Amino acid sequence: MTSPGQPLVEFRGVEKRYSADARAAVTRLDLTVERGEFLTLLGPSGSGKTTTLMMLAGFEAPSAGDILLEGKSLADRPPYKRNMGVVFQNYALFPHMSVAENLAFPLGVRKIKGAAAKEKVDAALALVRLDGLGDRRPDALSGGQRQRVALARALIFEPDLVLMDEPLGALDRQLREHLQAEIKRIQRALSLTIVYVTHDQGEALTLSDRIAVFADGSIQQIGSPEQIYDYPSNAFVAGFVGENNMLSATVVTRQDRQCTIRLPGGQILHAVATGDIAAGDDVVAAIRPEHVQTGDNQPSRCNTLDARIGELVYHGDHSRIRAELDGGGSLVIRTPSRDGIAVSDRLPIGWCSDRCFAFPVPDITGVSTGNRI
Amino acid sequence: MPGSHARSAAPRRWWAFALVAPLLLFLLASFVLPVLLMLSRAVTDRELHTVWPESAAALRQWDGRGLPPDALAHEVARDMITARQAGTLNRVANRLNYDMVGSRSLLYGTADMLLSGVPGDSVAALARIDPRWGQPGIWAAMRHADGPFTSHYLLAALDRRLDNDDRVISVAPEQAVFANIYLRTFKISALVALFCVILGYPIAYLLASLPDRKANPLLILVLLPFWTSALVRTAAWAVLLQTNGVVNHALQNIGLIDAPVQLIYNRLGVYIAMTHVLLPFLILPLYGVMKGISPVAMRAASSLGATPLRAFLKVYLPQTLPGVAAGAIIVFTLALGYYVTPALVGGGADQMISASIAFYTNQSLNWGMAAALSLLLLVPLLLMLFAGRTLARTVPA
Repeated sequence: MTSPGQPLVEFRGVEKRYSADARAAVTRLDLTVERGEFLTLLGPSGSGKTTTLMMLAGFEAPSAGDILLEGKSLADRPPYKRNMGVVFQNYALFPHMSVAENLAFPLGVRKIKGAAAKEKVDAALALVRLDGLGDRRPDALSGGQRQRVALARALIFEPDLVLMDEPLGALDRQLREHLQAEIKRIQRALSLTIVYVTHDQGEALTLSDRIAVFADGSIQQIGSPEQIYDYPSNAFVAGFVGENNMLSATVVTRQDRQCTIRLPGGQILHAVATGDIAAGDDVVAAIRPEHVQTGDNQPSRCNTLDARIGELVYHGDHSRIRAELDGGGSLVIRTPSRDGIAVSDRLPIGWCSDRCFAFPVPDITGVSTGNRI
Repeated sequence: MPGSHARSAAPRRWWAFALVAPLLLFLLASFVLPVLLMLSRAVTDRELHTVWPESAAALRQWDGRGLPPDALAHEVARDMITARQAGTLNRVANRLNYDMVGSRSLLYGTADMLLSGVPGDSVAALARIDPRWGQPGIWAAMRHADGPFTSHYLLAALDRRLDNDDRVISVAPEQAVFANIYLRTFKISALVALFCVILGYPIAYLLASLPDRKANPLLILVLLPFWTSALVRTAAWAVLLQTNGVVNHALQNIGLIDAPVQLIYNRLGVYIAMTHVLLPFLILPLYGVMKGISPVAMRAASSLGATPLRAFLKVYLPQTLPGVAAGAIIVFTLALGYYVTPALVGGGADQMISASIAFYTNQSLNWGMAAALSLLLLVPLLLMLFAGRTLARTVPA
């Protein structure tokens, strides 16, 4: 049957064009999904993540390449023979059926009826903590409850794989966080394999075992949340996942993974070199607001700069500072203390060189370069 | 604050009422009132009541058994003379003729004899002028017409009448036509509604599933005939379907038939033309309902393992039923009252109840009968609309 170590799903050179002369929605896609993992496809709208998911579910056909499930091509298998549970953004519950009838629908298709079906429906309702709501119509449920029903319906027939297309996109923040925890709990309890699409990087970091960051129809980086957050592989990932200050700079010297760069104001910084940048190239330097240290109490930094406080916003547990650099440019700093600092003060700042990345100037649309406070 | 809210709500309600008042009054005066007045003729009897007030009052006093007392006969004879001289006997004669054929000549003959001095002050005296005065029939007819209310027209619309002892009996078989016409009307309407569903459902589905760019030109093709007069479209069908028409020629040319078939002036022509004329009334509401159905639900059904056929039958079709019901009820309702199309493309045996109503309204001027026939069309229709509404409420849209 399945050889050990074989991935559950494999995308091989998949490409999708909606018409022959259109720009590719997905291009050169190679991706594997391992059994039992929570893989998130993260990216802005139009990045190809949903198209990828829809090709996996069978609602779109790849223009080139192949998708394999347990080593077998899915090319000629229609959606209803793929045995994948899909959770849609707008729930896609059947409005003319009760909650229990919605849940029993995939069971009826599989010839599970009567007491056996009822038992499974009750268990599914208990799993998503909706016991006793089986007789309700979907329109008598709240948004969060509807999404729980959609989740239960996608799980009740024990699919090989669960696909979720921005399932929490229509819910408010509090409910979203609550359901994130719920999804994670259920995934662990049932050892589910989940492919999850979202544009919310916070959600991706919280839930995932691995994240594939999409932009312009291809994967920019794939790895664990820590890898993605701490070691972004290009400027797009650095700007899209978490918050980053993006400074324009020019490479002065490069040695392997190390380089020195010059800011427009003449300041020289040490940074981690990425890609094939060389001396004289224009780059963007990325540094996260929480990695910038302030004041004289800076233990292990090797980049130091002099800045002026342009703006100061109090957030309760932390403060955010917009520091204006001499010679132009500014960066946002997140600091736990706000003692003894005021707008227009001079402020020495600095950071460790392994926290600062020099990336080639991106040609991807949607990279934010403005530093908002 | 609730208090100020309540204070401000009252003037707003008056404003709203004032805004709709002109239309409301217009509708009341030009539609509701005339309809009610017309329908009231189905149950009122005014001829004897107004032309022969004394006789009508005396008839109401009489117990109705056998022959009347001589005093009543004398009253009737006096009223007959007065009415003959005033030229109003016509109205009474026509009314009594509905109940008893031959009443008209009986009244005119008797009135002329009375005018020439023949006595008529008792039943026996009148019977000497015409023996029919000595039989209960004419007296029962007069009693049935003594007003101000009558069951005559409604019973007649049901092929029933009152006999001389006020029992409801069936009319003679050769006069029993309306039950047949009603059945025919309901059958044609139901079949036309069914044909519209069968033909219209796929079109509505196509319109709803195409992208707007492609659906809009097709929608125009549906709307264009919708905006064209039904009379014009029916006339066009008459041209197409006649013995030497386009359809017969085409069928002959492709070898399906050897000789022209009768496509018009029979039931087939009525079905073809009415289905075509009424089709947009099914397509448009159904299209509206289908547009509101989320296409994602079908994808969800597919992902849950349902084949396309099963997904359609279990997920899509049930959600379209309110639209099918709405469209079918509209088509059925309109078909019930159809007049022009059956009149132009149907034969004598294909006429619907509206043709009878038109006959009584325009030709025989028996408005009581026209009103009764209309009422018997309206009441089942209202019941069905009510049932349809209740049904639609149980199916969530």
